[in-house]
Amino acid sequence: MSGLRKVHLSLPASTEDLRRLQLGDVVYLTGRVFTAREGVYKRAVEEGVALPASPAELGSANFHCSPAARIDDDGTRTIGAVTATASFRFAKWLDGWFALSKCNIIIGKGGMTSADYRSMFVPHAAIYLTTVGYGTGALLGRGIKNVVAAHWIEELGLAQGVWVMDVENFGPFLVESDLDGNSLFERENAKIEPRIAALYEGTKPPTLRRFGETDDRSDEVI
Amino acid sequence: MISAATIERTAEALMAKAAIEIPEDYLTGLRACAETEKGELSAFVIQAMLENYDAAKEDRRAMCGDTGVPRWYVKYGNEARVEGGPVALEAALRRATATATHDVPLRPNRVHPLWRTDHDNNVGINAPEIDYAFHPDGEWIDLTTVHKGGLFGTDYRMLFPGDGIAGIKRFYLDALVAFGKRGLACQPAIVGVGLGGSKDACMVLGKQASCLRIVGSRNPDPKIAALELELKALGNSIGMGAMGFMGSSMVVDCNIEVGYCHTGGMPMSVHMFCLSSRRASARIHADGRVDYRTDPEWFTSYSRRATVEWDGAPRARAAE
Ligand code: SF4
Repeated sequence: MSGLRKVHLSLPASTEDLRRLQLGDVVYLTGRVFTAREGVYKRAVEEGVALPASPAELGSANFHCSPAARIDDDGTRTIGAVTATASFRFAKWLDGWFALSKCNIIIGKGGMTSADYRSMFVPHAAIYLTTVGYGTGALLGRGIKNVVAAHWIEELGLAQGVWVMDVENFGPFLVESDLDGNSLFERENAKIEPRIAALYEGTKPPTLRRFGETDDRSDEVI
Repeated sequence: MISAATIERTAEALMAKAAIEIPEDYLTGLRACAETEKGELSAFVIQAMLENYDAAKEDRRAMCGDTGVPRWYVKYGNEARVEGGPVALEAALRRATATATHDVPLRPNRVHPLWRTDHDNNVGINAPEIDYAFHPDGEWIDLTTVHKGGLFGTDYRMLFPGDGIAGIKRFYLDALVAFGKRGLACQPAIVGVGLGGSKDACMVLGKQASCLRIVGSRNPDPKIAALELELKALGNSIGMGAMGFMGSSMVVDCNIEVGYCHTGGMPMSVHMFCLSSRRASARIHADGRVDYRTDPEWFTSYSRRATVEWDGAPRARAAE
């Protein structure tokens, strides 16, 4: 059996709750979460459109996700599976987003850099939870008890809209960043790093290089 | 004559099967990874995935919330006839894609690349892709749908003969290490390698090697088969497991497909079919029978034919 620590967290989570979390803890959430990704960030943070509901109504945990969902003609909303999308692309909006949304948990895929955590998450006392797999969409789908609202669907589409959900034992997630801005992924990368050089021994750089492997555009690729 | 209605009904069923049921060959391969995985976090991730596949099947819900970009591979037996012809078949596949997107439900992933227009049904300009192949005999058609996910894990490079096997290994490692960190590729994956062909064919070969060959299958060329096993072992020795955590579960299997290329070059592509290695196939017979299976049987000695005519080809000008 896995020796990882399991933590059940009620939402909204207090800063004290978050402080108790350690990198690599397995977390299950109960309470309210909502989806928002680049479409929402652009509209709210860049274009200044007011959020479709108050922070209390949306919840304090923002999931980087588009659900496999449908809205029937009678308005019934069905969410099948939910899986996070890669978060690193959204870093540029997060500072403004935390200020607007008052979120203190971001759930997503793959995390961000510890530099991002230190500059944007730490000042807002926020942490990052990563989904597991990342394909555990069916397990996460089971944790959704009620789809409370779906906002901005007409403006942004099913995939980019804001889905507000009440969840129970929603998980598993892993604590990727703590309140000090440390990153689990970076910790793991550092452990793997030393082996990689040995692995490349005996291989040689390709005959033809390409731009992108050098940022100096006066270089040639041969 | 195969009816268009049977095609549409079968295609809808395949869409749901692909999204919900992890293929047995991948599952067996993943369990083998789990048995030797020593990394605690990586082992936990695989355990969660195994539970997830069960949850998906029990609840009949998609295994992953990102249901990928559904597409079709159609193989015609040489004697197969479809009511309404290929145009009716394409219409049936497009309708089935839209219907299943609503019914399963799947995520409406397909959008216009520039205007981000989303019809909420995974159908649009040039989508879903439909690829064709043919088989020397048979009155059946084979339908395969693949729902490949992942914005990450694919790369192409023009190598040269002088780069040799060492160059192949290096590019392979580059792709795995780059996309394996933080688990961007959602490994452990079925890694497909395309070698040769023209640039576009090289990408197609690698993609089909990852998505249309099952775990445990081997290239018929014994030396290529040995290279497949070597690359599999190499990927699993990086030290990286699921989600990029320390471990050994990176490659469930490595499949290589080759095509003759320009004498001066050795193009190579790498593709990673993720933890949701979604594919489902069916053979529709002329009498309307449908047999479902998880092996697309896309690559055959005929499909890989190496000479002017293939070995089993009937001789047009055979001696009387
Ligand atoms: S790469 Fe595969 S497992 Fe990962 S999120 Fe996409 S579809 Fe799901």
